[in-house]
Amino acid sequence: MKPELLINLAYIVAFILFILGLKMLGRQSSARRGNAISSLGMLLAVVVTLLDHHVVNYTWIMVGLGLGTAIGVVCARVVKMTSMPEMVALLNGFGGLASLLVGWAEYGKIRHLGWSAYLDSFAGTPAFTSAAIFLAVFIGGVTFTGSIYAFCKLAELVSGRPVLFRSQQLVNALLGFVLFAAGLVFVVTGQPDLALIAFSAFLAVSLILGWTLVMPIGGGDMPVVISMLNSLSGLAACAAGFVIANNVLVVAGCPVGTSGLILTAVMCKAMNRSLSHVLFSGFGAVPAASSAGGAGADGGASAITGELKPISPEDVFSVLEAARQVVIIPGYGMAVSQAQHVVRELSKRLENNGAEVRFAIHPVAGRMPGHMNVLLAEANVPYEQLVEMDAINPLMPHMDVAIVIGANDVVNPAAANDRASPIYGMPIIKAHEARTVICLKRGKGAGFSGLENQLFLLPNTRMLYGDAKATLQAVSAEFKNLASG
Amino acid sequence: MSGSNAISGITVVGAIIAAGANDDSWLTTVLGTSAVVLATVNVVGGYLVTDRMLGMFRKKSIADAAVKKGAGK
Repeated sequence: MKPELLINLAYIVAFILFILGLKMLGRQSSARRGNAISSLGMLLAVVVTLLDHHVVNYTWIMVGLGLGTAIGVVCARVVKMTSMPEMVALLNGFGGLASLLVGWAEYGKIRHLGWSAYLDSFAGTPAFTSAAIFLAVFIGGVTFTGSIYAFCKLAELVSGRPVLFRSQQLVNALLGFVLFAAGLVFVVTGQPDLALIAFSAFLAVSLILGWTLVMPIGGGDMPVVISMLNSLSGLAACAAGFVIANNVLVVAGCPVGTSGLILTAVMCKAMNRSLSHVLFSGFGAVPAASSAGGAGADGGASAITGELKPISPEDVFSVLEAARQVVIIPGYGMAVSQAQHVVRELSKRLENNGAEVRFAIHPVAGRMPGHMNVLLAEANVPYEQLVEMDAINPLMPHMDVAIVIGANDVVNPAAANDRASPIYGMPIIKAHEARTVICLKRGKGAGFSGLENQLFLLPNTRMLYGDAKATLQAVSAEFKNLASG
Repeated sequence: MSGSNAISGITVVGAIIAAGANDDSWLTTVLGTSAVVLATVNVVGGYLVTDRMLGMFRKKSIADAAVKKGAGK
């Protein structure tokens, strides 16, 4: 059998394994096997590519594969469970940069060998291959710097707040124009020198554009951004596939591109906002012009003017001791303070005390889809105790206590009753309908998205300030004393 | 999501082809090799991270099974 045929057959098998793996990832019981099957497909694709006749020099490939594997293994082992969103963002950025470099390397070959020699080995026409190089570099570049910026925001290396400057949209539009103009010149020009200038121009602009596009997006919207960037990294791989006329890149890039887009759309829907609103509105940049006055002004909602009422862990214990129905609403704050194990301990103590404990999970709680589920699973919270937003809301009025652990926007009643609020219309977990609400918070400032939260000012809300892990430990210790004393 | 993120590292195939060409140009070699490193980190890290996260759920179901077993006694 000819090696080319063998390689393409193996690519088809690899692709089938990817699809099978993705499908199995969708079900909790088979997810882990699905991931393994998908990785098997990847291994197959890599191994047969080594047989490709374009590959004649193995030294650097082996160095690259070895180094990349070592870094990948160390990163995946060392990273904390709570830092997963950043990690995913970073990996995604690497994938984008790799596609960019593939495009660049191929362009380097073309300059080195000339078009005719290059096209002898890869099918295509100069215009087609140039267009593919442009797309691989441009999408890869935007994915790279966009992901790195998202990483910095999530890791809180830079402020999570949206960064806005004057005529931002105009600057982005201008950058986009320069990008496509350079791309067009690159594709149509026959002059090598002009092509090089155009290439350098769109390489630089795409890197800047990734940065400026993510800049105005608030930290709270990062899950959507990461999902979108993930989709882009698939498309970048796809474009790189067209450059080197490689089928597996094209067909494997596509499902990543589309599944990322679907997930992005699902998340936008969960927040009741359009994608363009997420990307361009600078959401949360205007902190709460709405909170008190705005609510009263539009009639329906009662103006909420209250004060923050702090509570001590001892008093929280007294409230919880009498409670029979307790719902715990976790958010990113639980991840930050690594409180999931203490939360589990407290929930067990509550159950021993005769209470029924549920965990209410908002679809966009945390910094990536399923963030809270992963953390609670790590702490051995039974899956059956996790309740989705739509299932818990009707039960809310029957809840004696709602404990909000570092969640903010997803429980902000302004989303339901304040038309002036930027998050108006977003479905929320109606914590405010519980008889008593206890909110755990690090300090008095506004949350990650920069919005004030009406929930904190309600008469039935008490604020438990401090690190969630420490304060919950104190509450849990009270229960322990009760049990022993 | 991180599962499909790992698949986007399929660009490692392109990187291998870019790095393996014998055209005596150091620029291509440097770019290609860097691409191989980055794409491999994406692939290996992506799959392992996904596996770790899914492992959290598995550990829990074993714990559940143990509890149920205990209750059955």
